[in-house]
Amino acid sequence: MSPPLGLLADVVPFSWVDGPGNRFVAFFQGCSFDCLACHNPHTIPLASVHARQVTVEGLVDEVRPHAPFLSGVTVSGGEATLQADFVRAFFTAIKGDPGLGRLTTFVDTNGGCAPEVWDALVPVMDGAMVDLKALDPVLHQRVAGASNEPVLASIRQLAAAGRLYEVRLLVVPGVNDSPGQLAATAEWLLAVDPGLRVKVIGFRPHGVRAAAREWPEPTEGQRTAYRAALTAAGVRELVVV
Amino acid sequence: MEASELQHLVRGVIEDPGLTYRQRVQRLAGLAEESLDPPAVGEACREALNKRVICDMYEGHAPYRPRYVLPDYARALGRGSEHLELPPARDLDEALAYLLIYYSAVPSITGYPVYLGDLDTLLEPYAAGVSDAELHRKLRLFWISLDRMYPDAFTHADLGPDDGRVVRMALRLERELLQVVPNLTLRVDPRRTPDDLIRDAVETVFACGQPHLVNHPMMVGDLGEAYAAVSCYNSLRVGGGSHTLVRLNLKEAVLHHDGGADSFLTETLPHFVELTAELMEARIRHLVEQSGYYDHAWLSHEGLISLDRFSAMFGVFGLAEAVALLMDREGLEGRYGHDEAANALSYRITERVAGLVAARPMPYCEGNGGRAFLHSQSGIDLDHDVTAGTRVPIGDEPALPEHLRAIAPHHRLFASGVSDVLAFDETARGNPQAVVDVVRGAFAIGMRDFTFNLDSNDFIRITGYLVRKSDLAKIDAEGARHGSTFLGAGAVEASHGHHRAPKRVISLESSPRAAR
Repeated sequence: MSPPLGLLADVVPFSWVDGPGNRFVAFFQGCSFDCLACHNPHTIPLASVHARQVTVEGLVDEVRPHAPFLSGVTVSGGEATLQADFVRAFFTAIKGDPGLGRLTTFVDTNGGCAPEVWDALVPVMDGAMVDLKALDPVLHQRVAGASNEPVLASIRQLAAAGRLYEVRLLVVPGVNDSPGQLAATAEWLLAVDPGLRVKVIGFRPHGVRAAAREWPEPTEGQRTAYRAALTAAGVRELVVV
Repeated sequence: MEASELQHLVRGVIEDPGLTYRQRVQRLAGLAEESLDPPAVGEACREALNKRVICDMYEGHAPYRPRYVLPDYARALGRGSEHLELPPARDLDEALAYLLIYYSAVPSITGYPVYLGDLDTLLEPYAAGVSDAELHRKLRLFWISLDRMYPDAFTHADLGPDDGRVVRMALRLERELLQVVPNLTLRVDPRRTPDDLIRDAVETVFACGQPHLVNHPMMVGDLGEAYAAVSCYNSLRVGGGSHTLVRLNLKEAVLHHDGGADSFLTETLPHFVELTAELMEARIRHLVEQSGYYDHAWLSHEGLISLDRFSAMFGVFGLAEAVALLMDREGLEGRYGHDEAANALSYRITERVAGLVAARPMPYCEGNGGRAFLHSQSGIDLDHDVTAGTRVPIGDEPALPEHLRAIAPHHRLFASGVSDVLAFDETARGNPQAVVDVVRGAFAIGMRDFTFNLDSNDFIRITGYLVRKSDLAKIDAEGARHGSTFLGAGAVEASHGHHRAPKRVISLESSPRAAR
């Protein structure tokens, strides 16, 4: 079998918002969801003239000069798990490299992939950040263009494997921010992992497509209310941005 | 200076409503010193000084105390002092009280001590058996005393590299009190300093701009175990210090050169390095031979300093402009910080300066093998249109990875300090470990000094010292308690406004401002 190739939208050598510490992030081209609130809609199509193909060795070589400054690498997207063979080979190469082996390997995912994908990645990954767009299946279908069943399954599976670093809730005022929605989401998440780290990402219209441009950004007061609702529901590790 | 001019200046200081009593006394002393002729130098040296190709930092015409003094406070606390009639300190209360007394008797160019000791190392033994609450109360009063009694942002304390109760309490107090003094350094040894302590320091910077971080193993390699960072990022030997700081404006040196890079490096640069050294030598000889400071000082008599641990600092600045001018003359494209060719030229220049300084014997500099220490000088408030030290010009910084890689190769050359101030945005607050990672990486690739700022607290880091924005806002109407705030005001003004820490700027030179 020929070694896998990856299709990347871009890389960022230093990122402070894609997992713990300073991380090298590879953004993969192509996504299985079609979220209205996506900030990088150009990464959704499975092909793009702006994307570039890389080999595992090539990507590892891009990481190498930055290694002294990094906690680890993160694959993001698009949806990196659509290129799971490449991701697995990339993480395996990182872990096996004498100069890079200390770096942690994280996946930033929409959680939409099949359980077998996680079975393959868990042995070579240290953590995952999973987006949960909505707990309600109908609402999820509307905002993400896909069912949330695989997402919930991914969250359970990754938690059971000890690889669930964080669940991210994209919160849009008037769409998925009622106290009842937040409390129900927290209850479900804490049943999976009582110590789960939850990051609330307030919606920002920057970069999104027309359908979501009318959505409002949460006010400071609303962010405070989200924090209060989730804390009251028992979330102990909470970040609101 | 004519007598009438002197009288006019003296009158101005005496009647300046913006100055405290002590600030007036210091400026009057500066004017008295200015009334003497400066140490004699040759015609070429004097001309280079007049044209400000070389600069004496306005230290004064008749050096009578070293610029930076680093007394051995461990010895003082352990043995006591005959001069100050103090016995050895027996407990934490005595140690803190005696330190405040010792500081009051240590000279410097600013009038305030620039080195307060390796405070955690000094105090940790005395803190044993003291409860956390008591330690907090006692150190808090000490910290407040430092800021009120020694109101000058060049007053500097050192911490680390090991973890301990005192270093943790010191960082906590910095966050609680939000003071200008003390300026603070945490030494970082990748093998000894835990991530958690560096993270604590990083979160303290978020709150108040302190501390500065230094690469401990690299410093020890150049200066020995007994070293400290003092004032604004001058690393020197404890028990010694620096007689003086004289600096060379690399931009001006290129402007006084006809031709390209090669002839600059072989002809003009050596010429101005020698003139800088000549000025430095004249000032050192005045201090040591004519003022006789080291023969008379109680610090010498009691073994808290010794002349053989002193050297002097040879500063350079304006590297960025020098590179730009020479690239232009060579017909080459590329900016320092962004392009390999420009970066390569910058390294040729600093390596050449380092070679020349290392080859130039300097009297009374046994603290560095009879040579001056090279220093990347971070500017004074009178500098205009020239970038501090070896920094990338403000506003022209490349992305962080490229920035660090461009500046790091200079750091090994500057044993007595090189300050590169990095500006991080608010994202850092959400991920302090990321900053810890960057610090570790920076030291791994050979950076010596590491300072960063966030714009969202009340502090602006001018060169290496801090001023409070709230103090700057009222300086015209009310003056300022910290002498350094006046310098900060000049520096901010010189850089056109209150945007991020101007990279051109300061060190403590009070005489030129007194002369305004």
